[in-house]
Amino acid sequence: MGDYYTDPVVYLFGIEWLAFNLANIFMVTVSLTIVFFVLFFMSRTIKMYPSGAQNALEYLIQFIKNIISSAMDWKQGQHFVVLGVTIILYVFVSNMAGIPFEFAQWTDEGKIVWWKSPTADPMLTLSLAAMVILMTHYYGLKLKGPKEYGKDYFRPVFFLFPFKIIEDFSNTITLGMRLYGNVYAKEVLMVMLVGLGTTSVLWGIGAFVPMVVWQVFGTFIGALQAFIFCMLTMVYMSHKVSEDH
Amino acid sequence: MEALFGETFTFGDAIFQILGFLVLMWLLKRYALGPVMDMMEKRENHIAEQISSAEKNRQDAEKYLEEQREAIQQARLEAKEIVENTRRMSEQQAEELKAEAKREADRRIEAAIAQINQEKEQAISALREQVSTLSILVASKVIERELDEQEQEKLIQETLKEVGEEL
Repeated sequence: MGDYYTDPVVYLFGIEWLAFNLANIFMVTVSLTIVFFVLFFMSRTIKMYPSGAQNALEYLIQFIKNIISSAMDWKQGQHFVVLGVTIILYVFVSNMAGIPFEFAQWTDEGKIVWWKSPTADPMLTLSLAAMVILMTHYYGLKLKGPKEYGKDYFRPVFFLFPFKIIEDFSNTITLGMRLYGNVYAKEVLMVMLVGLGTTSVLWGIGAFVPMVVWQVFGTFIGALQAFIFCMLTMVYMSHKVSEDH
Repeated sequence: MEALFGETFTFGDAIFQILGFLVLMWLLKRYALGPVMDMMEKRENHIAEQISSAEKNRQDAEKYLEEQREAIQQARLEAKEIVENTRRMSEQQAEELKAEAKREADRRIEAAIAQINQEKEQAISALREQVSTLSILVASKVIERELDEQEQEKLIQETLKEVGEEL
């Protein structure tokens, strides 16, 4: 990734277009695993009268339900609770991953960063956004039927059809780039502050406070972006599945 | 594109992430969120059930209370009526008894008067008979003796005295 990182790219089966950035694969796997195990262990003892972890999990589910309810009817919204919870936790964990530390490896080609926020990579944020947009189309087809889904492209007036097409692509790009921009900026400034802090003892002392401040701000940004990503997912979803517009 | 995505367009990452994300969604639904959401729904239903049954119980209780109130009112009215009836009946009975007693007394008085009158009649008739017999007796004695007026008077008196003692 340009000036700061060198990507450890491998080609699967030697196919030109099927390139894998091993650092991304590693961090995606880590994030997915963390999310799964945290929720898995939170939901081990499920009781009618909730306590401890179950309370927290139910609070999270209720939070997602509120986000969904603010975007669409519960009749359609009930399908997206799991999607919402998974998105907000995956994005949140991904955003948080790069805040406490980063692991880098110096090689002949340059610096390979193995541990960072996976959401600081545009490929991952854009593909996540594309997945969300594809899901909105899938659920639009599934919940409204092909006829209503098709008619929606010509509502409220027929000449908006091209804009509706453009909207899907622009939504994908803005959804992905917003997350990428925020987290990448956080990463870059963090790397700069850490780099500055390691040049000398004096700079180390001087850069410590800004770094802590930036970590706090990064936590805030990460949480906020996770929330925004989840909320926009539900907003785009409601455009495709709602019957009342 | 070069500036944004670096030297290589790592399309594999996208595929890997999307597949991983879908698998994560499935796993979470299967092992974590599904059971919790089921439990939340179950609890919601349970609470709704409890509320509706509480509401039903309250309505039942109110209905019973109303019924009880009515029953008490009814009982009170009945009691009042019974007391009233009893009093009226007892009063009536007393009146009847009084009237009966009065009638009985009147009857007895009348009977007594009738008897007295009868007795009087009898006595008078008996007296009459006596008087006639006595007159005859006196007359016969007077005639028998042919006495003077003085003696005659004395004789009458004696005879009357005799008769009076007899009577």
